[in-house]
Order: sequence, then structure tokens, then C-alpha cells
Amino acid sequence: MIDSVDFLLWVKGPMFNIALAIFALGVTIRLVEIFVLGRKPNYAEARGGEWGPGLRTMVTRSVADPGTFQRAPFDVLVGWIWHVGFLIALLLFIPHIELIKSLLGVGWPGLPNPVVDAVTAVTLVALVATLIHRLRHPVKRHLSTFEDYLIWTVTFLPLITGYLAYHRLIDPYPLALGLHILSAQIFLIVLPFTKLTHMFTAFIARWYNGAIFGRKGVSS
Amino acid sequence: MTELSLERGLQAFRDEIDAPVAAFFSSCVHCGVCAQACPFYLETGDPKYTPILKLEPLRLVWEREFTLWGRLKGLLGLSRRVTDEMLAEWEELLYDSCSMCGRCSLVCPVGNDIQYMVRKAREGMVASGHAPEGLMGASIRAVRTGSPMGLQWKTLEVQIKHVETSTGLTVPIDVPDVDYLVLLSSMEIINFPEYLEAITKIFDHAEVSWTLSTECFEATNAGIQIGSKDIAALLVERVVKAAETLRVKNVISPECGHAYTAVRWEGPNLIGQSYPFRVFHIIEVLDDLRAAGRIRTEGKEDDRLSLHDPCNLARKSGVIQQQRNLMDLVASNFVELKEHGRYQWCCGAGGGVSSNERAEDLKRSAFKRKKAQIEEVEPERMVTMCATCRTQLEEGLEEFNMDIPVVGLTEMLAEHLVDK
Amino acid sequence: MAEAKTLGEHLREQGVSRRGFLKFCTATASLMALPPTMVPAIAAALEQARRPSVIWLSFQECTGCTEALTRSYSPTIEDLIFDFISLDYHHTLQAASGDAAEHAREEAMRANWGQYLVIVDGSLPGPDANPGYSTIAGISNWTMLEETVEGAAAVIAIGSCAAFGGLPHARPNPTGAVAVMDLVHDKPVINVPGCPPLPMVMTGVLAQYLTFGQIPELDAYLRPRAFFGQSIHDRCYRRPFYDKGLFAATFDDEGARAGWCLYRLGCKGPSTYNACATMRWNGGTSWPVEAGAPCLGCSESRFWDAGDFYKALSVPTDFDAGAVLAAGAAGAVIGGAAVALSKRRARNEATHRAPVTVDELEQKQ
Repeated sequence: MIDSVDFLLWVKGPMFNIALAIFALGVTIRLVEIFVLGRKPNYAEARGGEWGPGLRTMVTRSVADPGTFQRAPFDVLVGWIWHVGFLIALLLFIPHIELIKSLLGVGWPGLPNPVVDAVTAVTLVALVATLIHRLRHPVKRHLSTFEDYLIWTVTFLPLITGYLAYHRLIDPYPLALGLHILSAQIFLIVLPFTKLTHMFTAFIARWYNGAIFGRKGVSS
Repeated sequence: MTELSLERGLQAFRDEIDAPVAAFFSSCVHCGVCAQACPFYLETGDPKYTPILKLEPLRLVWEREFTLWGRLKGLLGLSRRVTDEMLAEWEELLYDSCSMCGRCSLVCPVGNDIQYMVRKAREGMVASGHAPEGLMGASIRAVRTGSPMGLQWKTLEVQIKHVETSTGLTVPIDVPDVDYLVLLSSMEIINFPEYLEAITKIFDHAEVSWTLSTECFEATNAGIQIGSKDIAALLVERVVKAAETLRVKNVISPECGHAYTAVRWEGPNLIGQSYPFRVFHIIEVLDDLRAAGRIRTEGKEDDRLSLHDPCNLARKSGVIQQQRNLMDLVASNFVELKEHGRYQWCCGAGGGVSSNERAEDLKRSAFKRKKAQIEEVEPERMVTMCATCRTQLEEGLEEFNMDIPVVGLTEMLAEHLVDK
Repeated sequence: MAEAKTLGEHLREQGVSRRGFLKFCTATASLMALPPTMVPAIAAALEQARRPSVIWLSFQECTGCTEALTRSYSPTIEDLIFDFISLDYHHTLQAASGDAAEHAREEAMRANWGQYLVIVDGSLPGPDANPGYSTIAGISNWTMLEETVEGAAAVIAIGSCAAFGGLPHARPNPTGAVAVMDLVHDKPVINVPGCPPLPMVMTGVLAQYLTFGQIPELDAYLRPRAFFGQSIHDRCYRRPFYDKGLFAATFDDEGARAGWCLYRLGCKGPSTYNACATMRWNGGTSWPVEAGAPCLGCSESRFWDAGDFYKALSVPTDFDAGAVLAAGAAGAVIGGAAVALSKRRARNEATHRAPVTVDELEQKQ
């Protein structure tokens, strides 16, 4: 009989390894696929460095320039809110920290649960708003493919199941927790094969952007 | 006889795909913020002009051939194939509606350098025979005659005579071992002869040793605009040869944006080695002379002036402060456009758009963004340092009945020189 | 052997006061989440109840459940309640042994056919396992269960072994142990898990059965909702610390001394449904979490296999770092090889390609 406890033990046991292995395999494939391509040599006399500006852009590109903020306040604001919210829920919730500690051996202090709870609620609302925005904004609607809605869903699911599990709104709890862990695993499995890889590659992209501009003396 | 073909286009795409391209395509989350940086989208409201979408052919080649997952998708028939029809459709997107201004590259939240990829994508477009007629014509003329406008040395010679008469100075021609080889652009020679007169005066004033070359006077590079490194290399080689023949230390690119990026940034890579000389934009040279105290001016323009930064010069080459230093020298009432420097807005004519007659309407639409920026600060005159930008500003402002003359910074500076 | 005496009569004979009896009824009502107005009805029903015959089968068990039930510090009302079931067979407690004991069981079955309750503690080797792992009087556990259950009114599986398989069922489950509910499908089964279950819960389930004469409302695991409806976590007196994010990190840190939440020390309270937090143990003296030990989740199925007792609930049970690293390394090789191939092809093409010429452009014009 497959019951919720069996299910929970399955996601906490074998499925966890399966998901993480697929994630590790996929992500390294994606990263190696990028780096192996390399760049052609650049013979033009440089006006500035590459490493410094590259590293700088990795950080600074997180903040929109004032003009972009004015023209796309929703994207900037809501994008920030849900990304930060997602990271807070992921990295500063005590049970998650315990999980990370058990895997990597390093932990850090977390936030009080009510704070994480409030952040999650805000994040969920923000994510729903991004979906509505995607469906209504002409550019986003035009750009969007099946994949965009897929990754929205796999991003939304861990949050909503986590929220429901925390508030014990799915009964019994092992089912709630199992669904939450499974949805996180689906996220990990889907990640390397979709644009969710931007979690890693965006920083590579930003480095190249910063380096390409930096070489010409422009801080990007 | 060889022929441009889809297969050659695909080969060109493949050859252009490098680690940055792969990182960029891997990272795009379809947020659409690049559209908010694109004058072509903003002023037409048509989402098909969203910058990242203009790269779809290149992205498909990358996905299908440079990712394992994409190859699997391809085998399963889940991804689109790049066809001649597709490239024909994308021709408008990659040429007519993109001035390669690079503004999208500066705002993309994941850091995609879209302009970098547009430049690369154009390689495939040319090789597959999907470049606009106007740009093909310019490229053919540039290679065959030495000038995209078909201009001959004879025409320039007339200008030189004219400058010499009006200034009483000699324009040095083919003088070896000087510090600077001055290049010009055909558009300047035809539309803005003041430029040659201005540098003649300034260099005389600052006692700069310089020369023109009869072997190569043209700095513009239609090959860069159409996106063919083969043609671009032919044109750059002429500059390199002229500079080497005259053994100059430096080459000066004129008040022309793409000519500067072509010689300064792309040239060495086109010929596969670094230059035995350095390359400067005239504004960089003038600012260096100013800093060295070799330019002495008197009086200032007191009307309200504002500055248009050419994309190629500011955002794409890092020449931003220099023009401001020079403005301070000669203008007392200088007002910045709200978004300027690396965040300036394109005039709408760059990246070959102005040589592409078909893109006339789009070019006019894109200009509205610049117009709005100008209207915000209500200058009496605009100053710039790129002949293409200048022409676009003049024509655009006239079309909208705005009585705002446009001047070149070099010539404005020349007017304020202290008499020797 | 069921007697005609009612429970009320029996209690009075035992010297239990009316007041004490009503107190028990009140406690029972609150346990079953019934309003206080139901107390007189419960009292009346219990007073009139007849002692049912109970057959207690002990299979693969440790007797802890029986211990918990019987060895309290002083005789309590729970003990007395047991006085009024007729415990006709319980081979640990009964005086008879051997054939006589088995005869007692058969006799009780015959006399109360269709009426008696079967209580099981311990798991039993399943139908596919070697029955020899556990036999009583030469009868395999399964045969005895089948036989006994046939005439039962209901089966109560006491303890986690009977309810879910418990310790014998833990990996690698050498005896092929299964739970009662895996084998009994045609009779009502009530699970009262716990290792051991709370004595009050055992008696409460019986009281409820006696009061209403029917099976109580059960959850998905056949546990009475009245006792297993809420998680330890939801009723835990340390919950405010969880909500504030105050956790003990070790068993002897400041947080542990201050009585903070034991989540990080492996408390399974959030996923454990039981009444320990409200009813507590040893006559309401304390319970594991109050004593500073994380809840082990003993009333949940497969709690032995649910990962380290002292690791947080969110921690995977058997993470295989080697496999993940191997997958990563494989990714590097596969991705690297595939792209290197594409890259080489592209570069190769590029070196042999024909340059774009103006003649070619002219053709296209």
C-alpha cells in the first residue's frame, strides 16, 4: 500500500538521489557546453580590464538603471520581490538550512518562521502577478513559449506546497511534506533542461557582458 | 562560381557561436526588458521588434547543434529548423529594426549582450544572401571604389583645395612618419566639409603633425554594417596598409561612430593581429590635446546646448567624458539629456539602418525616442560627433518642424581657437 | 465468559467514586473532542455498558504495549476500565498456559461469536514469509489471526508493530512482517499506534467503543481521529519557539536548557499524529519533548526507516553524495565531448569556407 508516509520516505530517500543526480548531470552538461566553446582571441588594444568589470557586472546587473525602472517598474520591482522572496524561503528557512547542512556540511543562521512565512506569502502573490503580467503584456505574451509557463509552474509549486505544508493545510502532513519535497525535486530535474539554468548561467552571461564592455572601457 | 546559400549562412552562424553566445542564450528568461531599451519596439509598439527575438535563427542553431538537450529535441522533431524562409523573415528584424545601438545589452537583467549577438547573426544573414539591398550596394561600392557612396579622391581633392583657400593652411597629404593619419567618412566629405576645415585649423593650432592618405581616406566600413567579416577585413586592410606605408604612429577615426568601432575594436580581429599603430577617435585626440594644454580657446557659446552621444562612441567604446570636457571648454550653457553617456538613446540611424532605404519608416519611428529626449530639455542647438547621427538628427528635427540646428563638436571647437 | 454486570456496578464494587467516574467521562469527552454537554450521556452509556469479551493476541512484539498499559505507578481509572472488559486471552497476563490457554481462547470465541473484540499487539510474518518465524502453540501467527478474527466484532491493533509493522517490519524486515490491516480486510480494524501507545489512548478507544457501540471516526491510517487527529507539533508546548525560529542546536546548548524547539535535533513532531502533547505520560507527568528528547514519530508507519532520529525532518534519509558527484562528472564528460565535437566541426568548416565576396552580393541584388 502506497500511503503518504511511504511517499514521504520515497521522496526523502531514493527520489532525492535521483533528482540530485539528474540535476548535477544536467547542470554540468550545460555549464561545460558553454565553457568548452571558449572565445576567439581579441587583438584590439584594450581600454580596460575584463575580470574586474566582469565581476562587477555580475553584481551590479541585479539593479536596474533608473530609466529601465521607470519604463518597466513592474518587471524590476516584482522581479526583485519574488527572486529575493524565493531565495529567503529557500535559504533562510531553518528546515532548509538543516537540509543543506546535512548535504554540504555548512549551515548558517535562519530567520524566524513567521518572517519566512510572510515572505513566502508575498512571493506567491508576486509570482501570480508575474503570470498575469506575462499573459497580458504584449511583449511577454509574444515571447512566451510553453517552456515559460512550465518553468513558472515548477517555480510556483515548491512555494505553494511549502506554504500549504507549513500551515498544515494538506492533510496528512507527510503527504504535504512529500509533495513539497517532490515539487522541489521536479524543479531541480527541470532546471538543467530549461531556462531555469539562468540561475547559474546568468552570472556567466553577466561576466561576459561586463568583460566585453569593460574591455572597451564601459562599465555595464 | 560560388553562391551565397542557406548552408553557408548556417556555417557562418556555427562559426560565430562562442561561449558568451551560449551563456547568453542559456540565460534568457523571456522577461522582455530588452524591448524597453529598444527604440524600434518602443516607438512602434510591435512586440516582434523585441531585441532578443531578433536572434531566433542564431539561437536555434546554437540549441540544435551546440546543446545535447537541443540535439535530442531536434531528433524528436521538437525544435524548429532554420530555413531560407525564416531568414528572409528575420532580415527585417536583424537589419531594418536594429541599429546595433547596444542599449538592450546594457539593461538585460541576466546580462545578455544582445548587440554582440546581432553583429554575429548578421554574418549568417550575409552568407545566406539575406542582407538588405541598400547595404549590399554600399558594400559593393566600398570594395570597388573605396567609398560606400562611390566617392573618389578627386571629390576630396576639391574639398581640400577649398579648405586650403579658406584657411590659408596646407592640408598635408601622404606625408610619412607623422603622428597622425586622419581618416574621413564619405558622408562628412559630402555633407559636412566643415569637419576637414576644423581639424586642419585645430591641428595647425596645436602643432600636430598629421596627414591624409591618397591610398585610403575612407574610414567607414560597410562590411561591419552588413555584418560580413570578409568584406570588413578587405576594407580595414586598406587602412592598415595606408598607415603602414606612411609609418604613422596613430590613426584618427573621424566623427563617425561605426567607423571608429570598425577600426578600433574589430579591425585587429579582422586581420588576425594587433596593429603597429594606435587608433583614436578625433574626440579622444582633441581631449588629449586639451589636457596637454595644446588647445587654447576664447569665448563660449552661450545658447542652450545639449549633447547627443553616438552609441558607437559612448556605449560601445567608452568615449563619454572626453566630449564633455570639450563642451565645457566652449559652451557656457550646456545641458545634459536625461539619459546620456552609456545610457543614451540611439538616433535610430546606426548599424546600417541609414544605408537601408527600405528601413526609412522604421528609422523615422525610432528617432521619435531621441526627439522626445531632446524635447525634455529644450536645447537651442544639439551637438554631436558622428556624421550619421548628425544627419539623422538634422533630418528628423526638420521633419518634426523643430528649429534646433545640429553642430559637430570638432567644428564648434575650431571656432573658438585663440588666433596664433 | 462475559458477565452480566454493567460497568457502573463493577466500578462501584471497586470503590470508584461517582466523582472519579465523571472525571474520567469528562476526560474521555474532551479526548474525543465532544462538547461537555455530552459528559452525562457518556456516563450513562458507560454505566450501562456490558463487559465485552476481549481476546488479546501478542505476535512479534516486545510486550512494551502491555507494560505501558499495566504498569502504571498507582492503580488508575485505566486499570479499572480493564476490569471491565473480560480479558479472556492474553498469554502474557493469563495464568493458564499451553493447551489450557488455547482452550480459553477457543472457548471465548465460541461463547461470544460475532461479539468479541480482538486486540493484537505485534506484527506477524506475512502470507509470503516463513510462518515459522513466529508461532504460538505450534500455530502460525497468521493462522491464529485468521481464525480468531473470523468471529470478531472488530480488531484493535495496539502499538505500532500491529498497526504498521513496527520494528520487525524495519529494513531489512527479515521475517517478512506485516501489519494487521494488511491481512484483515473483512472486519473493522482500529489502529492505536505508538511505541508504546498512550495508556489513556488505549482505554479511551475502548471507552469510546463501549460508549457508542461503534467504531470511532478513523483517519486514513485507521487511527481514531479523536486521539490521532492532531500532530504533536500542533499541540506542542514548545511550538511558540518553532514559530519564533528559536531552536536548540545540541542537547546541551543554551537553547536546549531554555526549552526551545527540538526540530533541528530531529524532532518528528510535525509529521507525527498522536496525543502525547496533550495527554502526556505516566499519569500526566511528562512526555518525551518535555523531557528534552525530540519526538521519534513512533506512532507513524515505518518510523524506524524514516531517517536518523536525531536529524531534522527535512534531511534526506540516505543521500548518496558519490552518485551525485559521479553524475556531475559524467555531465562534464558528456557535455564537454558533445560540444567539443560541434565546435571542431564548426571551426573546420570555417577554415575551409569560401569568403563572402562582393561578386556574390552582386548576384543577390
